[in-house]
Amino acid sequence: MGAFAGIPALLDQAPALIHRGRTLDCECLLGPIDHPFHASIRGGRIIDLTPAPVLMRSWRFSYRASALAWAEYWKPVPRPGWHDLLALTKREEAVLEGDLHPFMAHLQYFKDVLALPRLHRPTVAS
Amino acid sequence: MTGMIEPMIGRYVHVEIDGEPHRIYFEESGAGIPLVCLHTAGSDGRQWRHLLADEEFAKRFRIIAFDMPWHGKSNPPASWSGEEYRLTTARYTQTIRAFCKALALEKPVVMGCSIGGRIVLNLAIEHAGEFRALIGLEAADFQAPWYDTSWLHRPDVHGGEICAALVSGLIAPQSPDAWRRETLWGYMQGGPGVFKGDLYFYRVDGDLRGRVEGIDTGACPLYLLTGEYDFSCTPDDTRRTAAAITGASVTIMEQLGHFPMSENPDQFRRYIAPVLNQILKQPSFDKQGEHV
Repeated sequence: MGAFAGIPALLDQAPALIHRGRTLDCECLLGPIDHPFHASIRGGRIIDLTPAPVLMRSWRFSYRASALAWAEYWKPVPRPGWHDLLALTKREEAVLEGDLHPFMAHLQYFKDVLALPRLHRPTVAS
Repeated sequence: MTGMIEPMIGRYVHVEIDGEPHRIYFEESGAGIPLVCLHTAGSDGRQWRHLLADEEFAKRFRIIAFDMPWHGKSNPPASWSGEEYRLTTARYTQTIRAFCKALALEKPVVMGCSIGGRIVLNLAIEHAGEFRALIGLEAADFQAPWYDTSWLHRPDVHGGEICAALVSGLIAPQSPDAWRRETLWGYMQGGPGVFKGDLYFYRVDGDLRGRVEGIDTGACPLYLLTGEYDFSCTPDDTRRTAAAITGASVTIMEQLGHFPMSENPDQFRRYIAPVLNQILKQPSFDKQGEHV
């Protein structure tokens, strides 16, 4: 999914969002269920985003969703039930696994970071 | 004086709830049929400020919104010694009835949202004769849990941030940013563990499955309205609940989520105005249930 590769650059252009994640240093898996990305977050910035698997790289939590879920989540006006990360887990289109603390402690940050392609739709291939 | 002053007036009323004195903050505006408004879990009566400021509704209704104990400007009672707050079905029901009694409200309409919508169903089950009509927003007899409430109250997660972030997805994407932020601001200001304690009623103690069938909408009309973007109390949850209640009115509200009155008051008004008009057309009954 090309849209994911563009998220770090979109985040770099969102200083308020980086500020909200300023205390967050975390390794996590984000993206499509079958081919997620390792994301390295430092001080609220995604400093590395690499397709998984990466040999012996650890991660604390994983949020992965179906390709359909991401396409729906990134629509300019998402449909009911497809408009929130936890709506997607409730409808079993996404899975949340691992040590959830960094995700829950920065929940709005992750919701907004993963929604960035929605705000930049023209540049996104979903 | 040049500043615009809104019409609602806030005061405190001293209410005995289960024998314990409580100091309850409420705001009101208008005159006519009492319309008591119940806020959602973990928030407070400010959610109703747009309805309280509605000049048209205020011509025919005395609109009242109170903060539940532990919420907003209603402090915990003086007898509280720090134990974990947990709202129960019985305590919630007692609180509403005691508040209405303290203000000597004659056959009020009660409109509640979320946990307020759930307790409205219990009022319909147990005390229908006391109310002119009941309105449940985002109401169902039960809904499937979608997160672990222990995240709401722990020292290593900011309570205000997590409460707001969890419910942020329940707001419709069409809702104006200013009202979205204000709705979430209410959640950021709750006391530690209060949202979680409210959800004890919602998740554990207040399962009304198998009980709503007994609701007599002939004794008290029941209106259920749910936003299409509410994935906590979904439209299907409300439809399922209503299907078990003969005569219940159901409306699914487009472009609204779990907080219709605060997230998009203009859109909500389109749906609640017909309900309030219908209530105005109801025949009046005296205390013995006779037409007057």
